[in-house]
Amino acid sequence: MTAVSDQPRMGFFTDTSVCIGCKACEVACKEWNHVPDDGYAFLGQSYDNTGELSADTWRHVAFIEQPRADGDLRWLMSSDVCKHCTHAGCLDVCPTGALFRTEFGTVVVQEDICNGCGYCVPACPYGVIDQRKDDGRVWKCTLCYDRIGAGMQPACAKACPTESIQYGPLDELRERAHGRVADLVAAGVTDARLYGDDPDDGVGGTGAFFLLLDEPEVYGLPPDPVVPTRDLGLMWRRAALAAGTFVAAGVAAFAGRRGGR
Amino acid sequence: MKERSMVPRAEFSSYYGRPVLKKPVWAELDIAGYFFTGGVAAGSALLAAGADLTGRPSMRRSARLTSFAALGVSGVALVHDLGRPERFANMLRVMKPTSPMSVGSWLLTAFAAPAGVAAASELPVGRRLFGGLARPAGLAAAAVAPAIATYTAVLVCDTAVPSWHAAYPELPFVFAGSALAGSAGLSMLLSPVPENAPAARLALLGSALELVAAQRMEGRLGLVGEPYREGKAGAKLRASKALTVAGAVAAATLGRRSRLAAVAAGGMLAAASALTRFGVFEAGVASAEDPVYAVAPQRERVEQRERVTEARP
Repeated sequence: MTAVSDQPRMGFFTDTSVCIGCKACEVACKEWNHVPDDGYAFLGQSYDNTGELSADTWRHVAFIEQPRADGDLRWLMSSDVCKHCTHAGCLDVCPTGALFRTEFGTVVVQEDICNGCGYCVPACPYGVIDQRKDDGRVWKCTLCYDRIGAGMQPACAKACPTESIQYGPLDELRERAHGRVADLVAAGVTDARLYGDDPDDGVGGTGAFFLLLDEPEVYGLPPDPVVPTRDLGLMWRRAALAAGTFVAAGVAAFAGRRGGR
Repeated sequence: MKERSMVPRAEFSSYYGRPVLKKPVWAELDIAGYFFTGGVAAGSALLAAGADLTGRPSMRRSARLTSFAALGVSGVALVHDLGRPERFANMLRVMKPTSPMSVGSWLLTAFAAPAGVAAASELPVGRRLFGGLARPAGLAAAAVAPAIATYTAVLVCDTAVPSWHAAYPELPFVFAGSALAGSAGLSMLLSPVPENAPAARLALLGSALELVAAQRMEGRLGLVGEPYREGKAGAKLRASKALTVAGAVAAATLGRRSRLAAVAAGGMLAAASALTRFGVFEAGVASAEDPVYAVAPQRERVEQRERVTEARP
């Protein structure tokens, strides 16, 4: 990504160790972005009746109840969101240019361009972006493009009462996150680890990254996501070979026993 | 005999067993159907060019008409599948090599005009209008056809869907073989027996290509190969293989003598080609629905890296 201005890349650091599961982020996001209702379901999955990120859920609070050795219960709560990847699968495969990279380094859908082809949906290694059935187009977190453009913070971060969701320049957030992990480990929380902070991972690091207290898959996150387009050069090469075989088969079929019908 | 997986079920964690990925939102009839009709359009364009250059007028005529008809069905299916069909023209708003769908939109656009001219020239009205253009147009369509027949494999492989993504080395060959066998089958179905020899040979070559590539793919894939063997997808792919073998054998033997055998062979090959596309489509969807296929291979990679890191002094 080339810098077009001195605007730093902006992102989210979601520190799940201080999430209290209040879902203020889910509500604030819906209110600000006019995200329609996603159904009144009782999922029977702890306090989670939202289930997953979708076209109509751009922040999702996960609740995990883990039995501990001492007979007590450990609560894990985590507010998930679009990762705004450095190498974004959704953005790469979008055939219309509806998905684009903003000046803040975030990934946003232009709703007046999207024609609902749906290609971005299976291209996201995190299962974030989705199609709104009655509308036909795809929707996801914009990192409140309208708010941050006006110098405000995204609605979810603004509403978070414990600063579990922090918004800011990505460099600063990463530095702060590393300090936070070191503090937690020093205090005996040896499970603490960052997720998505590594610029060398399969998506080049994420603009929205997390501090987790267990393996990513426990929270419904992929443990080693890779942007599908990383292998696209190899794929085109294999397709070119297959196309060559296609032509060769055609030539062989007509050349065989020339003149004989 | 029912096949059983010899791979032990992987241990993995998940969030209430929920999928990690979103499954494709494409309608199977539209998109798997398009993979079939697009392959037929491409394979028939190749056959039409061969028939034209070797002086087989009936075969040329049926292949050109089949190619353009299949392209028409493809176009309808693709536009119908869009969430906003009225915005289909946005597909040509940009040219994006990172998006196989963008590449495919331009390929289909490049294919449509010459394939249309070649088909029209087979009808009395079109012959008067495009008479001299028929051969160059047919050859131009055949030049784009190999890309049309194979890019759809790249399109599905370039996703996070585990059983599609991991299949990228072989799937273009499966699709190319399926396109050849299916269109050769339709050609045998629609052309007179005396002109059938090249189509019968192409049916044999395409079937062999598809079967070998599919065998290699399923043998190599391990855990994410499971969806190609199990459930509805597995049943369709097994049926496809049986019909491919039966169709190819019939095409190569009786199909070159008896009209009835040619029709039967052609029908089996066309059905097999369609079943392959629907089976591959369903296998991908199944692999996105079950979190084990996304999580287990990734967890394995992480542990592999950790072992390497720990082994360092």
